[in-house]
Amino acid sequence: MRNVLHMVWLIPVLPLLGFLLNGLGRKKVSKGLAGIIGSGTVFLSFLISVYVFFIVKGGNTYVAHYFDFINTDALKIGFDFQVDPLSSLFLLIITGVGFLIHVYSTAYMHDEEPKDFAKYFAFLNLFVFSMLLLVMGANYVIMFIGWEGVGLCSYLLIGYWFKNTNYNIAAKKAFIMNRIGDLGFLLAVFWLVSKVGSVDFHHVFANTSKLSTTDITGITLLLFVGAMGKSAQIPLYTWLPDAMAGPTPVSALIHAATMVTAGIYMIARSNILYTMAPVSQNVVAVVGLATAILAATIALKQNDIKKVLAYSTVSQLGYMFLALGVGAYTGAVFHVMTHAFFKALLFLGAGSVIHAMSGEQDIRNMGGLKKHMSATHITFLLGCLAIAGMPPFSGFFSKDEILAAAYAKNPILWVVGVGGAIMTAFYMFRLYGMTFLGKFRGTHEQEHHLHESPKAITIPLIILAILSVIGGWIGIPEIFMHGGHLLEEFLAPVFAQSNAITVKQSALSHSQEYMLMGISVALALGALLYAWNKFSKYQKTGKEETGLGKVLENKWYVDELYDSIIVKPVLAIGKYFNNVVEKKGIDGFVNGIGKAVNYSSRQIRLLQSGQVGAYVLMMVLGILILFIVQLFL
Amino acid sequence: MDPKNIWITFPELLTWFPLLAGVVAFMIREDKKVKAWALTASLVTLGISIVSLVYSDNTKHFYLNNVSYFWLKYVGSNLSLGLDGMGHMLTALTAVAFPLIFIATGKTSFKNANAYYGLMLLTQAGLMGVFTAMDVLIFYFFWELAVIPAYFLCSRWGGERRIQATFKFFVYTFAGSLLMLIGIMYVYTHTYPTAYSEHSFSMSAFYNATLTAKEQNWVFWLFFIAFAIKMPVFPFHTWQPDTYEQAPTSTTMVLSGIMVKMGIFAVIRWLVPVFPAAATRFDNIVIGLSVVGMIYASLIAIKQDDLKRFVAWSSIAHIGLMCAAIFAKSSIGLQGVMIQMFSHGINIIGMWIVVDLVEKQTGTRKISELGGIAHKAPALTIFLVVIALANIALPLTNAFVGEFMMFSGLFKFNMIYTAVALVSIILAAVYTLNMVQKVFYGEANAVTNAVQEISFNQKLVLSVLVVFIFLFGVFPQPLLDLTKETVSAILLRFK
Repeated sequence: MRNVLHMVWLIPVLPLLGFLLNGLGRKKVSKGLAGIIGSGTVFLSFLISVYVFFIVKGGNTYVAHYFDFINTDALKIGFDFQVDPLSSLFLLIITGVGFLIHVYSTAYMHDEEPKDFAKYFAFLNLFVFSMLLLVMGANYVIMFIGWEGVGLCSYLLIGYWFKNTNYNIAAKKAFIMNRIGDLGFLLAVFWLVSKVGSVDFHHVFANTSKLSTTDITGITLLLFVGAMGKSAQIPLYTWLPDAMAGPTPVSALIHAATMVTAGIYMIARSNILYTMAPVSQNVVAVVGLATAILAATIALKQNDIKKVLAYSTVSQLGYMFLALGVGAYTGAVFHVMTHAFFKALLFLGAGSVIHAMSGEQDIRNMGGLKKHMSATHITFLLGCLAIAGMPPFSGFFSKDEILAAAYAKNPILWVVGVGGAIMTAFYMFRLYGMTFLGKFRGTHEQEHHLHESPKAITIPLIILAILSVIGGWIGIPEIFMHGGHLLEEFLAPVFAQSNAITVKQSALSHSQEYMLMGISVALALGALLYAWNKFSKYQKTGKEETGLGKVLENKWYVDELYDSIIVKPVLAIGKYFNNVVEKKGIDGFVNGIGKAVNYSSRQIRLLQSGQVGAYVLMMVLGILILFIVQLFL
Repeated sequence: MDPKNIWITFPELLTWFPLLAGVVAFMIREDKKVKAWALTASLVTLGISIVSLVYSDNTKHFYLNNVSYFWLKYVGSNLSLGLDGMGHMLTALTAVAFPLIFIATGKTSFKNANAYYGLMLLTQAGLMGVFTAMDVLIFYFFWELAVIPAYFLCSRWGGERRIQATFKFFVYTFAGSLLMLIGIMYVYTHTYPTAYSEHSFSMSAFYNATLTAKEQNWVFWLFFIAFAIKMPVFPFHTWQPDTYEQAPTSTTMVLSGIMVKMGIFAVIRWLVPVFPAAATRFDNIVIGLSVVGMIYASLIAIKQDDLKRFVAWSSIAHIGLMCAAIFAKSSIGLQGVMIQMFSHGINIIGMWIVVDLVEKQTGTRKISELGGIAHKAPALTIFLVVIALANIALPLTNAFVGEFMMFSGLFKFNMIYTAVALVSIILAAVYTLNMVQKVFYGEANAVTNAVQEISFNQKLVLSVLVVFIFLFGVFPQPLLDLTKETVSAILLRFK
């Protein structure tokens, strides 16, 4: 078994190979071949991941050492990969959902030039490679390589249509916001290096005794700053909605299979550190919950089909952080998984709609699409039900687990969390209603063009829809079925150390649990039906939003706020340094010395007039002065 | 062939060969021939350097690669040359850089080509001498030999405002050299006697000079200012943007790719080990200046519109980190400095090549006037993007390893400095991506419409650089092994 597991390097290397083949041969490969290389390599990785899953199922952890990355007296960092239940689950999500997105892309991107098409697949593969590196790294540095790698790939893919300046700006924003988070991640790593002298997971987690409470709190908070950037939490979330500029399958990849789940993975991986730092846990929970609510309020008033989904991602990520913060690590990972299914489904469904609408993304101009595209419609509806937390769809189980854990920690967290869940149900069915129900509100040309998408698009939708329905059944709570939570059992070895030191909170009684579940589902269902009823009759009014609605439509003006308190001042300081401090100050001083030398040499030159009389006079004066000095001093 | 029995040693070969080649170049009147000669000579030097690397022994500080001839016997100065790991690495960088520069700028025709190539080769000889000198007077001699040809290169083949810029460059470096000379003479008078002289200029004599802490405190600054100007460290940097902008691009490549390393090298070889007490006493001041400089230069880089000035400021920001990491005095940070000296040289030369190609094709360096080059020259754009990513130290590029280790070393010294210095990596992303976007992305305009894809030679040179970027980004260990003993030797000075 060990030797077989040593081959896990193939999992990330296959997509890397795909990247190289498509990237270097982009002028030579046909579209068909580019698609096959791109999807095929990810599919092979998926097959290996399935195999690995069955091997690590018993709770084994395997670390493969390939070569020394940095090896000095003070620090050893190996190029090591690690597979255990946690990483193998992520491997399945990344390669599985990733593969479906690749297949979908072959149809979605079909209008591109062959060499751009190959470039697109090359970037997509590089994205998957980076994400695989991130989850397979056996230490924080290899993880960081993948961590920055996904940031780079999102930059490349968001700015894929590089002729459009706005897209480039969105791409740049994504990269820079991620970098701000990376600063926190790096500081945490340096802290670990200086205190533990190692960045290996097993070494760090086995030597937590070397760290004081301050150290652990500092490190975990800094790591969380990293997670804020990558997983779009307050205050670093604004890049994610803008990242919609990229092609729609890329959005699906960023939101579902890769990138944004990195922060969750990293904290779940470092669970022991967080469990030992209650302060950080509270910060994570509060920031997560606040993000969940803030993003949900914004999603209520967005009219761009992708923007609604983007804010829903930010919001759902907030729930995952809430789970991490209250110590429900399994719940967080569970929600990552179910979210990957239904969010990939929703984004790809949205792509199918946009495709049919000839590029239109404004839901005010849609409506009635139900009649024209039945496969997209039904799968999209299932996705909406799953994200709204309706039983027995997948989102219900994972969200319920998070809310129950939040209640056990503090009922207020639960109340606010349920508030977010109600909003989720509302904005998702507003989106559904305005898109698929009622009358078509677009132009005649668009209506004429409406069609169901090809099989390469609908088949991934159907597979994801099935997963969105049944994906939650591997985590059935105790109250419904004894031993039904297979996922918890599977992940138990990863969180064993944390569970051992967690003070068991008074478990909820069965009746309490039924009640909480009932209340949240009933309220969400109410919001769902209200939205369904209201937006199936939606009419375009052309009226502008006012008051709170306008504030929400403008996303609480957070972008404007950042612009005026950060971006503009930084640019102004740069300008000030350049024009004033540098030119007038430092360089001015230096040039001033030069001028002074010039000036005095010009003055002194006048003394050398060439007239002998003047020289004699000066000589006599000089001698006189010397005499005086000699005599009197 | 046992290197012990060879009649001439590698450091001598590395130094004298380019010197000789430079003198010969002056005598070749035909432009084409002198070009070919310079390229051939630089390739031979590269060959020598590769062979010397093969024979290098990482496990000892100065291996048998050193020689000493009596020179000014009764003054106490010998012609001592030697190679340790750091010397091996920097001579290799110098040897790699020159042929690449000659090929990349091969299309440019220079007036008085013989003088131009002769001076370039003399600079190379000077650089090699600096990196191999084991006697401080010899070091000083080569230091000037490297700088003076550069001065002529700027003033004769530079841009419009070349005279003004070169004058500033000259005054700066000359002032620095004078301070250093005073410092050298002062330390010299405190060294032990040799068989023929009262004092000695040798490296070991300088390392064992009997300077009191008080004396160290001020002599330290004489050396520091000289080296700080060369690196440059804030606030001694103002010559650099002007000089880089006005010098011919090939000279700028030498200045920024290698000559900047001369300053860092000198700090490691001739400042910190000679004045360990002062280096510890003033570490906060030096690191503070470096960190301030990093942020300051990064903020200014955001506002640059001229590509050359942009690269100059970005380089100042990067150099600041190296200086800070040296004075943090941790083994991991110093190892980071070592690897970064090599990486920075490779990356910035790449950056200049791209800038040069853009300027040659469009006739402008104004970022605001350019745009849309990506569709016209996709290969150039890919190379630029890779080099730009190395410039912002993305993992798996060479710069990441160095910066990671340097920041790590700095963290051990002080967490706050590190946090502030790290802001520069965010700013680096801001200014670098801004530049990439404005010059290469978007729609092509009137200025960039006629841009053509780059030639085979240019692709070749850039490919070599890209290979270096990824090679040492994924496998940095050979460079770490090579310079390990140098680092331990320096750290021993603090025990």
